[in-house]
Amino acid sequence: MTAPQAAVPAPVVPAPAVPAPTSGHQLAQVNVGRTVAPLDSPELAGFMDQLAEINALAERSPGFVWRLVDDTGADATGLHPDPDDGLLQINCSVWQSVEALREYVYRSDHLRVLARRREWFQRPDGAHQAMWWVPAGHRPSVAEAMARIALIRDHGPGPEAFTFREPHPAPDAR
Amino acid sequence: MTAEDSSIEALGALADPVRRALYRYVAGAPEEVGRDAAAEAAGVSRSLAAFHLDKLVAAGLLAVSYRRPDGRGGPGAGRPAKLYRRAEEEFAVALPPRDYGGAGRLLAEVVERAGLDRELQAAARAAGSADPAPDVPAALAERGYAPFPDGEVVRLRNCPFHALAEEFPALVCGMNLALLEGLAGAEWTPVMDPGAGRCCVALSKNNNH
Repeated sequence: MTAPQAAVPAPVVPAPAVPAPTSGHQLAQVNVGRTVAPLDSPELAGFMDQLAEINALAERSPGFVWRLVDDTGADATGLHPDPDDGLLQINCSVWQSVEALREYVYRSDHLRVLARRREWFQRPDGAHQAMWWVPAGHRPSVAEAMARIALIRDHGPGPEAFTFREPHPAPDAR
Repeated sequence: MTAEDSSIEALGALADPVRRALYRYVAGAPEEVGRDAAAEAAGVSRSLAAFHLDKLVAAGLLAVSYRRPDGRGGPGAGRPAKLYRRAEEEFAVALPPRDYGGAGRLLAEVVERAGLDRELQAAARAAGSADPAPDVPAALAERGYAPFPDGEVVRLRNCPFHALAEEFPALVCGMNLALLEGLAGAEWTPVMDPGAGRCCVALSKNNNH
């Protein structure tokens, strides 16, 4: 998992019962966040120092499938979801289930980084995250991920783009 | 029966001091406990403990599971032991009616939206250090964290902010860590250590004391 995941979490409620994942679909998630300063600034040093470690933790977490990386292959900090906004970072990954993602985000060492999110990331102004179901093996693009956030921004959460607060079951489990 | 009536009825089961002792022992234990351990902790016979434990289960305060001791199973392993743990449900009665939880949820929602994590953490740290505790584990117990030693560290069986922490984990767990950093003083170091069924913070004792 990459940077903005740590910085811009979803508010969650106690998990509603979510059907077990089926083999046909996997859960994609995206979130974006604006850093308080450029990534190479002293303000972001505490975050950048932990990034590789927290990504490695994601990769060995149960239910992890894939995460979006830039050309370096290390993380997504080289991707710019908004060419006009140099501070906007994207984090996008694929998991086996909402519960698997929730365990990593809120019940692993990732929480340690999450609790410090406002040291490094500005508070979000509107929709900044989304989850959606993809056919197993699908790898979302930046454009696809940003379109899901736009769905929540323009229409509110629904089966095509949702958050931890109101998870939707996979299409083949509905 | 109103929700208040059912809460009062459930909590009424704790009026008996033996039951209260059994409940506290089970609720504070790091793992599920059997009748023998509960009886010993409460200083009563096994059969009396069994009677009261089942009353607590009927009241909804404790939950039960059956398990064979590790390494035993199959024919001849005997009956599985009846084990007790704190029930998941929360009971609260405030008379006259008060709703600090509802107020807390609204405040958390606003603090979350405003991105005031650091301000909340500063206030929590100050609140913790305003009340320095000579005996940190005792202070944690008094605040409802149900501390228990686990090797070199003290873990916390209970999260006093559970429902809010589920709804606003980053915000509330960060607040809790800061609160405990304030409370722990120089003798202990609280660290984020999330795990299933306990508070997200653990404390290790500093070596220089």
